[in-house]
Amino acid sequence: MCTVCGCGEGETQIDGHEHSHERDHGHSHEHGHHHHHDEHSHDYGHGPAHAHAPGMSQSRMVQIEQDILNKNNQYAAANRRRFSEYGILALNLVSSPGSGKTTILTRSIDDLKDELKLAVIEGDQQTANDAERIRETGVKALQINTGKGCHLDGHMVGHALETLQPEKDSILFIENVGNLVCPAAFDLGEAHKVAILSVTEGEDKPIKYPDMFHAADLMLLNKIDLLPYLQFDVEKCIEYARRVNPKIKVMQVSAISGEGMDDWYRWLRATWQLAMMGV
Amino acid sequence: MHEMSLNESVLQILQDNAKSKGFERVKTVWLEIGELSGVEIEAMRFCFDVIMKDTLADQAKLEIIRVPGQAWCMQCATTVKVKQLFDACPDCGSYQVQVTGGDQMQIKELEVE
Repeated sequence: MCTVCGCGEGETQIDGHEHSHERDHGHSHEHGHHHHHDEHSHDYGHGPAHAHAPGMSQSRMVQIEQDILNKNNQYAAANRRRFSEYGILALNLVSSPGSGKTTILTRSIDDLKDELKLAVIEGDQQTANDAERIRETGVKALQINTGKGCHLDGHMVGHALETLQPEKDSILFIENVGNLVCPAAFDLGEAHKVAILSVTEGEDKPIKYPDMFHAADLMLLNKIDLLPYLQFDVEKCIEYARRVNPKIKVMQVSAISGEGMDDWYRWLRATWQLAMMGV
Repeated sequence: MHEMSLNESVLQILQDNAKSKGFERVKTVWLEIGELSGVEIEAMRFCFDVIMKDTLADQAKLEIIRVPGQAWCMQCATTVKVKQLFDACPDCGSYQVQVTGGDQMQIKELEVE
């Protein structure tokens, strides 16, 4: 586990990014933090020995008052600065596994790639399958495997940006790990979170996983071509989403039939224009 | 939710502070965890012991300060207690409530040597 830069269990792998985490020795890591094992202090891995003479305890209290997510928020802020400098619109796509995120993405890319500059970061626990699906569309894609991690964080995305180098004035889709819980808390520096919910799931997901729908600015209700075969109450679902987030925008789409996709593209173009203006 | 990652962040903060404030071991950590933060306390304790093993906070004690959820109800124009995020106002049933407290996750204080 990389305990300094938060890479989580040392299992995170980013395509084309050398990031070696050696567990039982010094930790050679390119971002300039050193543990000085030979010098003084920090006896990591040597147990609590540190013999202090009895009765000579030097215990003292230290006030720190720091947010636990502070570190992630700093990485996210750095990413956000980079996005605004390059006029990049970064979108964090979040959903349960199987809601159709990757299908929405490949369809959107096919329909928009002649008109807009696009790039994709794919987050999954394992396999590079999704990045390969995206690359087949001809668009730049980078896979991050989080290993046991249940979400992408600001630090992983920062490294991915170094490798992927998204173009100026482009749209960067960041497809998060399929999980409606943890990604809500981890800012990546994106302009908007887009939650994708498919009608084959329960309509009450917005109130079952309120944090995510509260954090999202747009909800894409996907697979609406299947509605005739399901008992899914669209109105109820939208009402639940608004209950946890009165400002959330909702679009009904089908990435397979193409229904509603034009609305999503219009939203993308308008939001992208704002990003280029630095708004 | 993601108590493993949260504890990794806690450890990072401890290590940063060890350098800047000059201590070598952490004996007790006080965390302030709001009731609306979505953190599972038992999972937090379990992961804390796992993550802190063989670090400067090996066998450190974890003290958790719970902070109750608070929100402002726009209809009642008053502060009310809420048990979950996005609950309706307990008095008037309106969903026009804004959380004002109890969603924090913070390291407050350390006992170090």
